[in-house]
Amino acid sequence: MSAPLLEIDRLAVSFRAERGRVHVVDRVQLALAAGETLALVGESGCGKSITALAIMRLVPRPGLIEAESRICFAGRDLLSLPVAEMRNVRGGKIGMIFQEPMTSLNPVTRVGAQVEEAIRLHAKVPAGEARRRTVELFQTVGIPDSGIRVDAYPHQLSGGLKQRVMIAMAMAMQPRLLICDEPTTALDATIRAQILELIRNMATTTGAAVLLITHDFGVVNAVADRVAVMYAGQIVEEGAREELLSRPRHPYTQGLLRSIPRPEARGNRLEEIKGVVPRPGQWPQACRFHPRCPHAFDRCRSETPARTVVSPTQAAWCHLVDEEARA
Amino acid sequence: MVVYLVRRLAYGVLTVFGVMLLLFVLFFGVTNPDDIARKAVGERAMPEVYVQWKKNHGYDRPMFLNTEHGVFDGRRYSDTLLFEHFRRLLSFDFGRSDNGDEPIARRLREGAGPSLSLTLPLFVLGLVLGIGIALLAAFFRETYIDRAVLLVCVVTMSVAGLLFIIGGQFLVGLLLKWFPVSGFDPNATVIARFLALPVLIGLVMGFGPDVRLYRTVFLEEMNRDYVRTARAKGAGDARVMLAHVLRNALIPILTNVVMAIPFLFTGALLLESFFGIPGLGSLTVDALNGNDFAMLRTMVYLGALAFIAGQILTDVSYALADPRVRLS
Amino acid sequence: MHWLSNITVVLLVLGSVWVARSAARSRFWRESAIELWRRRRLAILVVGVFVLIALLDAISWIGGGEGVAAYQPRTIVDRIFQPDTFREASYSAPLAKVAFYGGQPLDHPGAHLLGTDILGRDVVYRALKGVRVALLIGVFTSLIVIPLALLFGVTAGYFGRRLDDGVFFVMTLLASVPSLLLLIALITVLGKGTLQVCFALGVTSWVGFCRLARGETLKLREADYVSAARALGVSDFRIMMRHILPNLAHLVIITFALTFTGLVLTETILSYLGIGIDGSWGQMIDQARNELSRTPVIWWNITAAAVLLFVLVLAVNTIADAMRDIADPRTRRETQ
Ligand SMILES: Nc1ncnc2c1ncn2[C@@H]1O[C@H](COP(=O)(O)OP(=O)(O)O)[C@@H](O)[C@H]1O
Ligand SMILES: [Mg+2]
Repeated sequence: MSAPLLEIDRLAVSFRAERGRVHVVDRVQLALAAGETLALVGESGCGKSITALAIMRLVPRPGLIEAESRICFAGRDLLSLPVAEMRNVRGGKIGMIFQEPMTSLNPVTRVGAQVEEAIRLHAKVPAGEARRRTVELFQTVGIPDSGIRVDAYPHQLSGGLKQRVMIAMAMAMQPRLLICDEPTTALDATIRAQILELIRNMATTTGAAVLLITHDFGVVNAVADRVAVMYAGQIVEEGAREELLSRPRHPYTQGLLRSIPRPEARGNRLEEIKGVVPRPGQWPQACRFHPRCPHAFDRCRSETPARTVVSPTQAAWCHLVDEEARA
Repeated sequence: MVVYLVRRLAYGVLTVFGVMLLLFVLFFGVTNPDDIARKAVGERAMPEVYVQWKKNHGYDRPMFLNTEHGVFDGRRYSDTLLFEHFRRLLSFDFGRSDNGDEPIARRLREGAGPSLSLTLPLFVLGLVLGIGIALLAAFFRETYIDRAVLLVCVVTMSVAGLLFIIGGQFLVGLLLKWFPVSGFDPNATVIARFLALPVLIGLVMGFGPDVRLYRTVFLEEMNRDYVRTARAKGAGDARVMLAHVLRNALIPILTNVVMAIPFLFTGALLLESFFGIPGLGSLTVDALNGNDFAMLRTMVYLGALAFIAGQILTDVSYALADPRVRLS
Repeated sequence: MHWLSNITVVLLVLGSVWVARSAARSRFWRESAIELWRRRRLAILVVGVFVLIALLDAISWIGGGEGVAAYQPRTIVDRIFQPDTFREASYSAPLAKVAFYGGQPLDHPGAHLLGTDILGRDVVYRALKGVRVALLIGVFTSLIVIPLALLFGVTAGYFGRRLDDGVFFVMTLLASVPSLLLLIALITVLGKGTLQVCFALGVTSWVGFCRLARGETLKLREADYVSAARALGVSDFRIMMRHILPNLAHLVIITFALTFTGLVLTETILSYLGIGIDGSWGQMIDQARNELSRTPVIWWNITAAAVLLFVLVLAVNTIADAMRDIADPRTRRETQ
């Protein structure tokens, strides 16, 4: 495999708190090949959004990306890029879609103008041309009456249409990477599939890679090539989709998968992971999952697990997996 | 939208009537024409003078219902203080002042020009300066620039307006001799020299609360999701602040701007009287000192009228500026 | 009259102790108070000193003096300064040994820390007397306004409908008259005097409190625990006392602090207009404003009043700001 499109290494993000700094993302390691779709899953609050924002260098204040972090995109180190060049990357080379279509669009500007802005920030085109391309984009993302809808205000569109506008905006410059932060969570169940389908189609036609953040394994199953599982600011397991879904190795992944309601298991009580997600700053020592882990043993309480490769396409950060692999 | 407009207007009219009633209670109930007349002619005046004065100023009518003209002369029932009060205010026929016996309308006309020449530049400059500085402070939030702006705000807000005027006059006028200390000249070429100092002091007086409010509004807007979207599509700081944040923040700021209109009136009251500018504020102070109740009544009424009109205007422009309201 | 003032002071002190003790039982209040102390130690101490001076100047009794003074109630501050004897003929500069005009030797050479005014009164004494007036403006007005505003605001917000329409209309009405004009009108028709001025100030600041109380009540009424209490059949009165008022308290305190500074500053304008309260800093400033244009400049009168006024208002303003930050985590994050 050639050099990956996106390579994240030792990514750490911290927020200032009452005493000292609290890490919310800690030594995250991820790679994404061109054209590939990677799903990043994990319970809410585990640092998925912050990881995505760190790639765009948009971590909100007072958050800070620690100095040892590396984010390489298309051969360039994003974290050392001058601000002006980073602006070209945002919206030009990397597009991003957010969870809340309701509030993510500027309420006092027409949606067409907002997409045109995305175009004209990156390409020197006359206003008429930008508008023509916007109408085209609206057609591509499946907005009916696109010629009229470009002049609508966000509040006049449904949530699904707004998310389509967001997709049009993110894909306007045919970026090489599309980051989707829970793009369907805020939407009605009926249109989730459509939006996912649209994202997948847009990615295949333009050849863009997708980093898809979600906590819904249905979504993972539908679109992902590979999956990375996050817990308490760290990646705990990654692997190709079928392999990871059928043979999860990390107890946390196993727990997550077991807690999905399945039609054939109806009637049985949902199996859930005991305990609650610890808050940042209150993470346990060593393996962060050990207080909730059914298989925890001494080593889990004393030693931070390292990456254990279990197959050419799967790896886990777990002492249990490590012992098994050695045995 | 039309329904909204009509209802808003109706409520405005209702409020105006409320103000008129309030004024009637204050000036004819709490204090009364007898007191007013006695104050005007002096305690030791002859009874005839007193009666004549009341007659001249229309204070000799009965309070609510006039029965003097006989049962069948229906029109005259309303020849009373209450009806006269409402009639005058509604028709802008304010009559003559209690003190000096001049037509109030004329003095208002003469005072409006000087007042506006002070408040208008104050208003425009204050708005531009306030928004500009607040935008800077919000953009550089939590840095020394922001802290310095906040400190200046809190300090200027803690100084009495009177002290700004006295101190400003003393420092700039007397010590440095840059501007005339007080006075007014309607001549266009010299008016600026007379107005410079009061406008400057007025700006400093209004600076703190405005900048703090605008800064909060900007910070609130900067935390919204659409700002993150704008950054994610590659917009730079200047673009984000001016095209997105400012545009959205103007809607709540608009409200404050209209709220500032009566402040201009009252702020100008002090400035005008201190700097000898013969405007409406000076008129009010003179009326207060001269126990001119008719004049005071008129000024309160006009001030309230201006405020109510301004409020309706804000609500309407609010509705126009925000597509969420306009198109619903 | 002096015993009335004494009783009021005692009641106020007892009331404050009682309020502080019941507040200390709640964790929220205790932690907020500790946080406030941590952030604004100096400002709190400054306000404490002002309150102390005001208390010393509010308790008075008859006797102990000479001449006319023996038959008048005099406060502790009066007894310390002995204003009847500790005075000169007219102006004297701070710590001067001779009179400002004429150069005759003073009765108390070098004893007037901030000099004397046109009538020869000690400026430090006059400025300190202003403390009580300033606090009186704030406290007295609030004592009138806050209970009324809470009564109308909370019931209007809670019961809604006709009552709310009525209260809302009165608020709109009072808010639509520019406040300084309303003040002037009220004081003109009521006449001058401490009581009248406080009443007028109360009318103009009532709207702010009432709007706050009504708005918050509207929000709280929809809160889950209030709906739950209502569903359980708890009486309206009990809900308002138990669930709504306590949740309004911190907002009322912050607004009180901001209103207080506003009132004290407004009083200076009223003093300039000749309708202020006797003995206030505003009056001192107003009387002294022409002294600046004399040569040599007589600066100590205006400076004494201006500095005390500024320090008090600044201290209360910064405390109010800190309280707002502590109470609202959102602004807290912004201001850190
Ligand atoms: N502005 C902020 N200030 C302090 N902490 C924050 C801020 N934003 C996020 N966090 C913390 O970072 C953690 C990770 O957040 P996030 O990445 O949004 O989680 P998710 O996986 O649900 O997307 C959260 O637990 C939250 O407490
Ligand atoms: Mg998230």
